[in-house]
Amino acid sequence: MNRRFRRPQASTTVAAGILVLLIGLGAIRFEHFASFGNLANLVGDYAFVGVAAVGATFVILSGGVDLSVGSLVAFTAVAIAVLVDHGWHPLAAATAAFGFGTLAGAVIGMLVWWFDLPPFLMTLIAMFAFRAGGFLLSSQATPIMHPFMAQLSSGYQVSVGGTIIPARSLIFLAFAGAGALTLARTRFGRQVCAVGGSRRSAAVMGVGVGPTLVGIYSLAGAASALAGVVFAFGKQAGDPTAAGGLELTVIAAVVIGGTLLSGGVGSVLGTGLGVLILGAIRLLIDFQGDLNPAWTSIATGLLLLGFVLLQKLLGRLRGPAASPST
Amino acid sequence: MTRPDAAPAALLEASGITVEYPGVRALDRVRLVLRPGEIHALMGENGAGKSTLIKVLSGQRRPDAGTLTVRGIPAGFGTPADAERAGISTVFQELDLIPTLSVADNICLGRFPTRWGLIDRRAADRRAEAALARLGVRLDITSPLGTLPLPTQQLVALSRALDVEARVLILDEPTSSLDQTETARLFGVLRALRDDGLGIVFVSHFLAQVESLADRITVLRNGGLVGEWPRSELSRPQLIEAMTGRTIGGDQPAGPTVPAAGRPVLEFDRLGARRRLEPVSGSARAGEALGIAGLRGSGRTELARLLFGADSPDNGTVRIDGVAVRTGSVAESIRHGLAFTPEDRQGQGLILDLSVTENIILALQARQGALRPVPATEQRRVTEHYIASLGIKVPDPGAPVRTLSGGNQQKVLLARWLATQPRILILDEPTRGIDVGARADIESLIADLRAKGLSIILISEELDELIRTCSRALVLRDRRAVGELAGTALTESAVLGLIASAGHAGEPV
Repeated sequence: MNRRFRRPQASTTVAAGILVLLIGLGAIRFEHFASFGNLANLVGDYAFVGVAAVGATFVILSGGVDLSVGSLVAFTAVAIAVLVDHGWHPLAAATAAFGFGTLAGAVIGMLVWWFDLPPFLMTLIAMFAFRAGGFLLSSQATPIMHPFMAQLSSGYQVSVGGTIIPARSLIFLAFAGAGALTLARTRFGRQVCAVGGSRRSAAVMGVGVGPTLVGIYSLAGAASALAGVVFAFGKQAGDPTAAGGLELTVIAAVVIGGTLLSGGVGSVLGTGLGVLILGAIRLLIDFQGDLNPAWTSIATGLLLLGFVLLQKLLGRLRGPAASPST
Repeated sequence: MTRPDAAPAALLEASGITVEYPGVRALDRVRLVLRPGEIHALMGENGAGKSTLIKVLSGQRRPDAGTLTVRGIPAGFGTPADAERAGISTVFQELDLIPTLSVADNICLGRFPTRWGLIDRRAADRRAEAALARLGVRLDITSPLGTLPLPTQQLVALSRALDVEARVLILDEPTSSLDQTETARLFGVLRALRDDGLGIVFVSHFLAQVESLADRITVLRNGGLVGEWPRSELSRPQLIEAMTGRTIGGDQPAGPTVPAAGRPVLEFDRLGARRRLEPVSGSARAGEALGIAGLRGSGRTELARLLFGADSPDNGTVRIDGVAVRTGSVAESIRHGLAFTPEDRQGQGLILDLSVTENIILALQARQGALRPVPATEQRRVTEHYIASLGIKVPDPGAPVRTLSGGNQQKVLLARWLATQPRILILDEPTRGIDVGARADIESLIADLRAKGLSIILISEELDELIRTCSRALVLRDRRAVGELAGTALTESAVLGLIASAGHAGEPV
């Protein structure tokens, strides 16, 4: 048998199919839709969503949820803008903001662990804190003014086979690749799935649940902060009101990608596909031009509903699934 | 260091193990000695402290006192990972695996082989296959564990336990989900492991399994050590006596006889629930007390909860006055005149911070509906009536129930249900943990209620009490009925004899 070949989950296959279908649909209707450059732009435009979603995948796999994504992205962007305003180099500011996000995530993880707080509440608190922090740093959008940014706007692109593609799309792909490897091929990654599958069993099996939680939320904080850096460098500004509701878009992408909200089952590859599906829907509606933008939300909602029902169905079809009762 | 004629050095020696939970001493200076190459059965009724002892040995619960040595070397009590490093592997009854992870991941979790920081997938798979092969199991190691049948999951759990350099293997009820062939295969594996020099601690409710497998038996009762015996020196009646603390024999006169004119008020037919209780049938007539006897964990409480509708049965019917009632609904049961005082009166019955009056009125109020409050004068009348008739010792009906003694709390719980004028009263361990005087009060109260025509279903582990009070008793063992005794045939030795009798579908012959 093909035991060496680990089949992806059925839902990941379905997600890939839907993405191909959407792009195919666009290719039939619009001449330049499926061109390499256009698709690379799609990946680039959704890079910050994708980076944040990779982090959120780990949180959701562990049975948690991260509501602080959007506000941490906004906070990171504002912090970079303000630091640059104070004479920092943008890269130094970005590094500092990235470090802060990682650290803040670690603190969230520790609170979830030590006080056994529900991640929903803990990250809700963090959401308010980051949003408030952004407004305290700067009550309005601040442009990032630095010679480096001018350089960046011309150099923030890479030529692949003659086609100019945004560098941030490569950041997304690289981060997703690293995330996928971490999940599938590191002890930490397996522990994340174990904690999400059954926290009690994981503890009995010798998994350090606490350190794993700290690792998960640090990674999520790092991912959100990196998403904030990508976002800030793209917009060349820091806006404290930006990225509102991003956490929910991210959850939608993760779920469409086949990760179960109850934890334990999922993949980073699926999340990447989920993000691109959302992006492709948006792009199709933009190309159409005469559609109400509400259709993006409608399509996303319908897709989400379809995926949730599909997962239920797949779960039932899987047979006797006599999971050990406790 | 080794004396020539000394017994083989103990593989694992736990002594003086004491564990206190708030208000309860779960283990009291318990000692367990495991020698290499032996299968050691740990026996006791539910609540005897077996699970707590296993939690201590596997590093899940740090004891409040006691020492542990592994192969003569003092070992501390640490985490599950520490216990594994000391060579102690445990397979829990709940299996404690991750259903969403693959078989290979479940075997290797916590000890994945790595290369350059990444999991060496090939090595991990080889390792998982080798661990399964040791038990003669072949299966697709990439499939999620939760998709496999329970017995297969059990073998995966065992493979995981053996994957470390285990010298001590602790198995908690490993056969509870296995059929006869699977059990026989498991026992073959365990015997082979024993012959390899492993020490195995084996916990099981099935007496015949223990007799066929164990070399030695340690018995616990109520958190204390009863003793340790070579299996060959402990007969089944002696084992039951050690577990229950009661001798087989020494009979008392049988209980009250069945009133001739009584018609069946409550009938249940093939009432059962998967994994909780095999189908059981029985009936109770007006003015009759039906006893339910069995060891703790034999399914007594499960039957009571099914009858009352607190749990839903998977099959079977309940009839009251010959009319089938909807099962699995407490509201329906109450409407038909059923009442139930649970075993855990503080956790499931009484609301400790409410007053005596409020606790007594509760069921009456529930039956009337929240929109028609019971008038204050009526509340006072009902409360005073039951305080007087049941002899509840309470300074003031407004006092919180928390301040009452166990016996008086039990009477308050009884008063609550009597206030609803029930016709069938199910009492689960009504006299547990209360003093002798209150016990006698409750026994005579049951007799009074019977005289008034109520049907009583009494669960009690005090066999003498059960026999004094009941005219008939259903005997349960291992979650199934093993017999019914009535009239003069209902004696302590007959009940214990039924509990001890051999032959069980889940046992290898």
